Amino acid sequence: MALLEVKNLGISFGGLRAVDEFNITIEKGQLYGLIGPNGAGKTTVFNMLTGVYKPTDGTILLDGENITGKSTIEINRAGIARTFQNIRLFKDMTVLDNVKVALHNHYKYSVLTGILRLPKYFKTEKLMNEKAMEMLKVFELEDKAELTASGLPYGEQRRLEMARALATEPKLLLLDEPAAGMNPNETAELMDMIRLVRDKFGMTVLLIEHDMSLVSGICEKLTVLNFGQMLCEGKTENVLSDPDVIKAYLGD
Amino acid sequence: MGFLNNLINGISLGSIYAVIALGYTLVYGIAKMLNFAHGDVIMVGGYVIFIAMTSFGLNSWISILLAVIACTLLGIVIEKVAYKPLRQATSLAVLITAIGVSYFLQNMALLIFGEKPVNFTSVVNVPSLKLFDGKIVISGETSTAIVISILIVVGLSLFINKTKSGRAMLAVSEDRGAAELMGVNINRTISLTFAIGSGLAAIAGALLCSAYPTLQNTTGAMPGIKAFVAAVFGGIGSIPGAMIGGILIGIIEILGRAYISPQLADAIVFAVLILVLIIKPTGILGKKINEKV
Repeated sequence: MALLEVKNLGISFGGLRAVDEFNITIEKGQLYGLIGPNGAGKTTVFNMLTGVYKPTDGTILLDGENITGKSTIEINRAGIARTFQNIRLFKDMTVLDNVKVALHNHYKYSVLTGILRLPKYFKTEKLMNEKAMEMLKVFELEDKAELTASGLPYGEQRRLEMARALATEPKLLLLDEPAAGMNPNETAELMDMIRLVRDKFGMTVLLIEHDMSLVSGICEKLTVLNFGQMLCEGKTENVLSDPDVIKAYLGD
Repeated sequence: MGFLNNLINGISLGSIYAVIALGYTLVYGIAKMLNFAHGDVIMVGGYVIFIAMTSFGLNSWISILLAVIACTLLGIVIEKVAYKPLRQATSLAVLITAIGVSYFLQNMALLIFGEKPVNFTSVVNVPSLKLFDGKIVISGETSTAIVISILIVVGLSLFINKTKSGRAMLAVSEDRGAAELMGVNINRTISLTFAIGSGLAAIAGALLCSAYPTLQNTTGAMPGIKAFVAAVFGGIGSIPGAMIGGILIGIIEILGRAYISPQLADAIVFAVLILVLIIKPTGILGKKINEKV
């Protein structure tokens, strides 16, 4: 069974059909790319997958569970996490605390335990710290744990966003333009990290990207969106040489 | 010595303002709204203590505890009934609703307890401190207000920065959407914020009514507004800012009353608000708000 199965997904804003008849099937452990020109509806698809927008039509199955139209929190608990096109870290919080916020649902103690600092508070916080540091190590941020997130250089902020998203222990990780604004070296490092995430955590990744070196470098399959419609899908090398795709990107 | 006495009184009143301002600042920082009913929750807390002590003969500690529980619940209910349905509404709609809730609480109290002020028995039984051969007298109420407010600021900062729920509050305050996508329950977090803010209002009520022992339905209104000024002065959204703003407003009010004019004391406090809004709209410790373009 596929990890993510989306059938005939569509959404209208007033009279505007932003996304129409969108289908995608992603197998567990796949690195999947969603590409298309600006305004094609890629981020809108992410917003529907994460419950920020309620789709007008269609169904979304995650690991066989129907999550269509569920709230953001329910979908996060069901196992979808994401990063953002424009970085949305908790800027004034430390790097470590950013990750700890994302561990919220996996470590429990009551408000009263926190106020009274009962033994369970210290025990749970210690476990959370260990887990968060483990995530930071994967992204080579462990030395920066106590820094404020806004103080990190751009590339590290992007990595922290991935660490934070992974800390929610998702089944599917959505990356919205992870290489945006990165130089070629940073992009190459990022590609290694995305592969590492897949191999180490057995993660399935769906990413939106304009950087074709990243897309052709790591994505196994691609879906191309244009004006809210699917233009084509398939293996990366086949899609990138498709005349329709080239036309959509470069114009006539 | 007269000046020192006035200064101490100012710090004492300011400490009470600080505790109230903390409630304003917490709710503003996390729910992004001005809860103008906050001052009236103080009055409710005062009446709960008054009734528990006079009608049921309970001791002051249990009475305060009851007031904290009652106000915490009241805060949660107010949020659920009045503000939660307006989560997507304009901030003006929420503000007007908050003023409505404020009048509702005041008039309910008027209906139940009547317009005649009651004499509040102080809940503080700390002896007064006499310094310099009795030239300076620090009443039990004064020292208690100062100590309690410091404890609350330290405790609240620890709670917010060091616990899971506190981190969720900070995350929601910075970026509600991103926090939600990381699995933080927004409704629960906002509810908790109101619970804590209103619980603090009950403690402020105990301190306020002990220092100024008349209680009526409008008791919380003026201190509430002044604490709001204090929160803006210190930088709304900032916890240390609320503390600093509260104490400064208390000092300004008492010194203004003593050395300028008793009638003008309140006007001076509001003149300070106007000056702050002109010179540094974000307040002493407030952060610059980046508007999204």
